[in-house]
Amino acid sequence: MTDSATINRRQFLKKASLGGVLAGAVSLPVWASQTTAEFPDTLPEWMRKPGDAFKNYGQPSAYEQRVIRWISANPDAPGNGVSWTPLHDLQGTITPNGLHYERHHNGVPQIDPAQHILLIDGLVKQALSFDINSLLRYPMVSRTCFIECGGNSNSGWKKNPIQSKAGYAHGLVSNAEWTGVPVKLLLEEAGIKSSAKWVIAEGADAAALNISIPLEKLLDDAILALYQNGERLRPENGYPLRLVLPGWEGILNVKWLRQLRLVEQPAMTRDETSQYTELQADGSARQFTFVMDVKSLITSPSLGMALPDNPGIYQVSGLAWSGRGKITRVEISADGGQTWVDAQLHNPVLDRAFTRFSLPWHWQGEYAVLQSRATDETGAIQPSRSALIEQRGNHSFFHYNAIISWEITESGDINHVYAD
Amino acid sequence: MSMLIKTIFIGICLLHSLTSLAENDYQKLGKKADHLSQQAQWNLTILPNGDNLPKGSGTAAQGAKIFALKCAGCHGPEGIGASAEPLVGEVGSLASDYPEKTVNSYWPNATTVFDYIRRAMPINKPFSLTNDEIYALCAYIFNKDDIFLNNVELNEETLPKVTMPNHSGFVAIYPSQN
Repeated sequence: MTDSATINRRQFLKKASLGGVLAGAVSLPVWASQTTAEFPDTLPEWMRKPGDAFKNYGQPSAYEQRVIRWISANPDAPGNGVSWTPLHDLQGTITPNGLHYERHHNGVPQIDPAQHILLIDGLVKQALSFDINSLLRYPMVSRTCFIECGGNSNSGWKKNPIQSKAGYAHGLVSNAEWTGVPVKLLLEEAGIKSSAKWVIAEGADAAALNISIPLEKLLDDAILALYQNGERLRPENGYPLRLVLPGWEGILNVKWLRQLRLVEQPAMTRDETSQYTELQADGSARQFTFVMDVKSLITSPSLGMALPDNPGIYQVSGLAWSGRGKITRVEISADGGQTWVDAQLHNPVLDRAFTRFSLPWHWQGEYAVLQSRATDETGAIQPSRSALIEQRGNHSFFHYNAIISWEITESGDINHVYAD
Repeated sequence: MSMLIKTIFIGICLLHSLTSLAENDYQKLGKKADHLSQQAQWNLTILPNGDNLPKGSGTAAQGAKIFALKCAGCHGPEGIGASAEPLVGEVGSLASDYPEKTVNSYWPNATTVFDYIRRAMPINKPFSLTNDEIYALCAYIFNKDDIFLNNVELNEETLPKVTMPNHSGFVAIYPSQN
């Protein structure tokens, strides 16, 4: 082991020492030694007058209004663009419904569920339509999983590291509990012909987004989702009906679903040819790259935050996920990848879902480069940026999953850097 | 009622309630929909072999006029991009240091162009173009890079026969390397 490795490992506290930090914080309440007359001066105003009345639907605190999605849309078509989840402002693993990332191709349709149906046709024994009230009567399953846009983190392919907050560069991924009807039940009700191999899914938005999905995936674990984190889908997440394909790129999780047509061959739609394909150095393009590979991101500390105490103890915390299964390991480095220490994985560690990791870090004021590196249950390890570019070239644009590096300066400022 | 009969009665009730709560049981509520499958609004996706292409025709010269009126605002007067992506040019650039993925340089199938224009363009008024207008716009775009001749009529027969320059440029990752 080198000297730098020894020093680096010491910087990370062992879990056992955490208890000592938290003890000894008890002091007597202020009111114990004061009279009634002094209360107005010593108690906050919200303890001296009744609070707000009930609300039919709750909202975050007025003091949390800066926790928002970051929108980037086409000025000529405000409904064509994306919004990023503020991963750097969130903890745990569930993305609140109002903060789930969005990619819309032509706005959010406001669909009247009474006028919406799902048609299943093509290579089936009997074409069938389902209204929403009927679908609500089917047996349902719940699945907590991430959905990640194929274009998430695509600034990573650029020559210079983008100086955006963690979520505003890497937050085209969110994690929710989706509840709905297994797609398999409905396909089997229609009766699948043996020649069917692909399914064209189509949305009821103003782009009538269509894309081809292997039948095999729909028969495996696909959900026709009606609920998101316990409540009906938000309009921007597909109300009244969307596909959820755990671990597969966002574009396939078709929102506002109106049709599933079983066919023999993919349709070569715009969003499976001109978009969501990865151009390689030789001019050929990878197509039908459905699975989102293993990835992780330190959400705190990250760009836009600063380290106030020098020396100080900081809880390095982040998210890891893989479209291939469960996260089995996340390692953290403070020296740009020369040495690594295992982070603690927080329960629950779910298949194809966000896994929270953390590790306390003793910062002594030195220059540092914080990185996280995730491994999934198939043994796949998140690659370095140089390894990813070596494999895919510079023009891939989609499916960027390389290690993300935060530079900590000696004054405690944080920048995004390419470290490897 | 004798004890024996009572016991049998309760037994039957129990048995019945158990079977009526069987797992994995549900009512199949799909409605027969063959009539919908025949209708144009449920046949929007055009396949590479031309399936679902509607009857109609247009030429590049006709397309130029429609493009100037309905497309150039976002795509630029020559289709090389403004606030929207460039549509034409850059054929052969994909393996260079500065590749440009235009319709003519990158899209593998001509049928996709009709499919996408019809369902999504113009972005402020999708499904507003006539079939003839869409054929004309396809002909205009293809003609910009000499993929399709100026005075030839593009229609439901000829469109699927147009070979795009990057027709063979894609490598399917699913299922072999998925």
